[in-house]
Amino acid sequence: MFGYYFNLAMLSLKRNKVLTALMVLTIALGIGTSMTTLTVMHVLSGDPIPQKSAQLFRVRMNVFPDDAFKRGDRVPDNLTRRDAEALLHDARGDRQAAMSAGSMVVMSAQGDPLNVEARYTNADFFPMFDVPLRYGHAWSRGDDAGHAHVAVISGSLNEQLFGGADSVGKALLVGDQSLRIIGVLGDWDMNPRFYDLSNGQFGDSEDVFVPLSTALDMKLPTSGQTWCWGNNGNAHDANAPCIWLQYWAQLDTPAKAVAYRQYLQNYIALQQKAGRFTHSGQLELQDVMQWLDAKGVVPSDVRLQMWLALGFLGICLINTVGLLLAKFLRRGSELGVRRALGASRRSIFLQCLIEAGMVGMVGGVFGLVLAGLGVLLVRHQPTDYAAYIHMDLRMLLATFVLALSSSLLAGLLPAWRAMQLSPAIAIKSN
Amino acid sequence: MNMQIKPILIALRRHKAGTFLIALQIALTLAIVCNALFIIHQRLANLSERSGVDEANVFVIQNQWAGDRTQQQIDAQMQADVLALRQLPGVRDAAPISGGYPLRGGGWDNFVTMTPDQVKPTTDSAVYLGDEHLLDTLGLRLIAGRNFRSDEVHGMGTEQVIIPPVVIVSKALAERLFPDGSALGKSFYAMGSTPSTIIGIVDLLHRQGASQWDKAHAGQSLIWPARLDDVAGTFYVVRAKPGQLAAAMREAPKALYAQSRMRIIDPKDGIQDYAEIRHRVFDSDRGMAILMGIISAVLLAITAAGIVGLTSFWVGQRRKQIGVRRALGATRHDILSYFLTENLLIGIAGVAVGTVLAIGINLWMVTRFEMDRMSMAYVGVGVIVLLLLGQGSVLAPALRASRVSPVEATRSV
Repeated sequence: MFGYYFNLAMLSLKRNKVLTALMVLTIALGIGTSMTTLTVMHVLSGDPIPQKSAQLFRVRMNVFPDDAFKRGDRVPDNLTRRDAEALLHDARGDRQAAMSAGSMVVMSAQGDPLNVEARYTNADFFPMFDVPLRYGHAWSRGDDAGHAHVAVISGSLNEQLFGGADSVGKALLVGDQSLRIIGVLGDWDMNPRFYDLSNGQFGDSEDVFVPLSTALDMKLPTSGQTWCWGNNGNAHDANAPCIWLQYWAQLDTPAKAVAYRQYLQNYIALQQKAGRFTHSGQLELQDVMQWLDAKGVVPSDVRLQMWLALGFLGICLINTVGLLLAKFLRRGSELGVRRALGASRRSIFLQCLIEAGMVGMVGGVFGLVLAGLGVLLVRHQPTDYAAYIHMDLRMLLATFVLALSSSLLAGLLPAWRAMQLSPAIAIKSN
Repeated sequence: MNMQIKPILIALRRHKAGTFLIALQIALTLAIVCNALFIIHQRLANLSERSGVDEANVFVIQNQWAGDRTQQQIDAQMQADVLALRQLPGVRDAAPISGGYPLRGGGWDNFVTMTPDQVKPTTDSAVYLGDEHLLDTLGLRLIAGRNFRSDEVHGMGTEQVIIPPVVIVSKALAERLFPDGSALGKSFYAMGSTPSTIIGIVDLLHRQGASQWDKAHAGQSLIWPARLDDVAGTFYVVRAKPGQLAAAMREAPKALYAQSRMRIIDPKDGIQDYAEIRHRVFDSDRGMAILMGIISAVLLAITAAGIVGLTSFWVGQRRKQIGVRRALGATRHDILSYFLTENLLIGIAGVAVGTVLAIGINLWMVTRFEMDRMSMAYVGVGVIVLLLLGQGSVLAPALRASRVSPVEATRSV
């Protein structure tokens, strides 16, 4: 049965090549643009650390003094050093890390200075974010406490400085000081860089990781957002009225998350009692996906493009519906003859749908090619996420599902109308 | 023409689905195309924003320090660096600039208040820091007051921001703070407890960024007389003599490295002229405008193809009726105008719905994408374009219809 309908559809499609080509092209364009933008959305809104995203929580709170506090404002992203150190000291999460982005100048073997991105954090960072190490190991909590002059470097910096050899134990020259390399990262890039979105949302991992306590001792420059509400000396002093540290906690079970939230509320209440402020404070404890959502990582242009492409697909479909309708009704006499010879309405309906589905399948194949070109085009755009856009198997399948379902959808109305043609009138009227 | 409307409407009632589909397609196309036009126009307006900088001759060097230096050493090095740059044969002037540079894509900005204890800021201003050569180097036009004197320029540590007592502001900021035009000699506060007195006003000085926030405070900038002694690095802005930009860009890093090797100027993007800077900051705008343009063109083409397809079908279906009308005395012109009028009626219904949709989409984008309200002119242009497109696409099938011979009325099957 299907074979017969398939042959009929082929004949019909061949009969009017221009119309067929127009329908295929319309669907291909609609599918191509939609899948390109959906792929970008899919990658940008993806989960960077699926195995742990529900256990990692960004800790934010508003403990500003009264004159800097506005109830309507968003809870600030970062913590003061005072609060971060207090939470680290309490260590109520399964793991916790305070951190800041930074940059430093290191010396290559040839004596050329090299500017590298850095992250200052504490020992829990590595197990928390599942950071793989190729050589050596990460530093310990003891190193944090001892302000040890140690560093973990990225694979690419290791390549650049040491030709990719095991550099554990070697010295990393930072200005006039030096750090001992104790570990080299394996492949690790989180995109989006959810752990700190203030310093480039997409990109490779930082090149040098140093204990926060050591970085403060060495007065290494930080980057990212620093926001102060008082005018006093060094923004990184222990009690400086400045927020600049990101804080993450790992809470393995929902129950622990509830308990941790309670703990933070108690902490804020204690600060209020200590006289830092009189308002009730604000608290935000968000897991990775909530945090990404709150920060709106997907650029608004990308969202706009997605809606535009979906609207475009909609118009393409309406166009296809119109053309299919014209096509089927024009063949009224042929369908009438089939009806008169005993074909049921259902089989007319099926026959028309199969024809529509074939247009959709061919359109989908071309659409996939167009989407491939589209993704290639996006990858050549000078955006920071361009390099990470790729089409995976899921999007490939989704393309075909979208192509087939939308063309069947487009075929529904015309097929319905064709099936309802009365055979007598259809034959007579021509 | 008028006489024909009623029979057309009656005939259309027999083709409800097709009529509806064409009208819907016209409506949706109108809704998307005029919003796209609006976005294109807005983005193109961004591209042509003036910066106030002598862009043909100015380039920027991103200089990062290597090795440990004290604040005093950095300050001395910066002064030595700009002296060396100014002595290059192809260079007219050079200055350090901190806080970013115009069109960099982001940088330092401060809230501005009229009194030190004011809670709600009056407005926001981009902050640039530079010496007495900065105005000439950027090519800014002083329209009132005077430039900084060299004794007003001091080194400033990053950990100790001391608000300078004098400031040069852009005309936009001056007018925002003192709408009566009396800004010169007045003072204001920029997130500090001490006031700054306006000693000069420049005609135009673009902010570092081009974001929504920057647009809301467009052109509002100030310059503090200071060298920011940042341990990380500084920008140098250099103005070449006319026609010597390329040579100056080649010589500048050599001159700096001759001063001291302990610095990093990225060979790839450490030195950029304003063509590159402008290109980079407006890249996404240009990309978006191009994309919107392509989508609009393709949409219009598809809609036109759809109209051609469906009208051709109708003409084919009605050959016999057309023959009867011709036999009864209708002229070719009558047949032609029948199909044109029919399409016009469908088109008018489509654009009516489309106008509502277009405004709806725009309002939705205002809330979702911080877009501005669209002027009705875009809808007007869209309506005209779509009606003309409809008439244009129906022309070929309608001409074919007008050539149907009266003899067809007599043929059966």
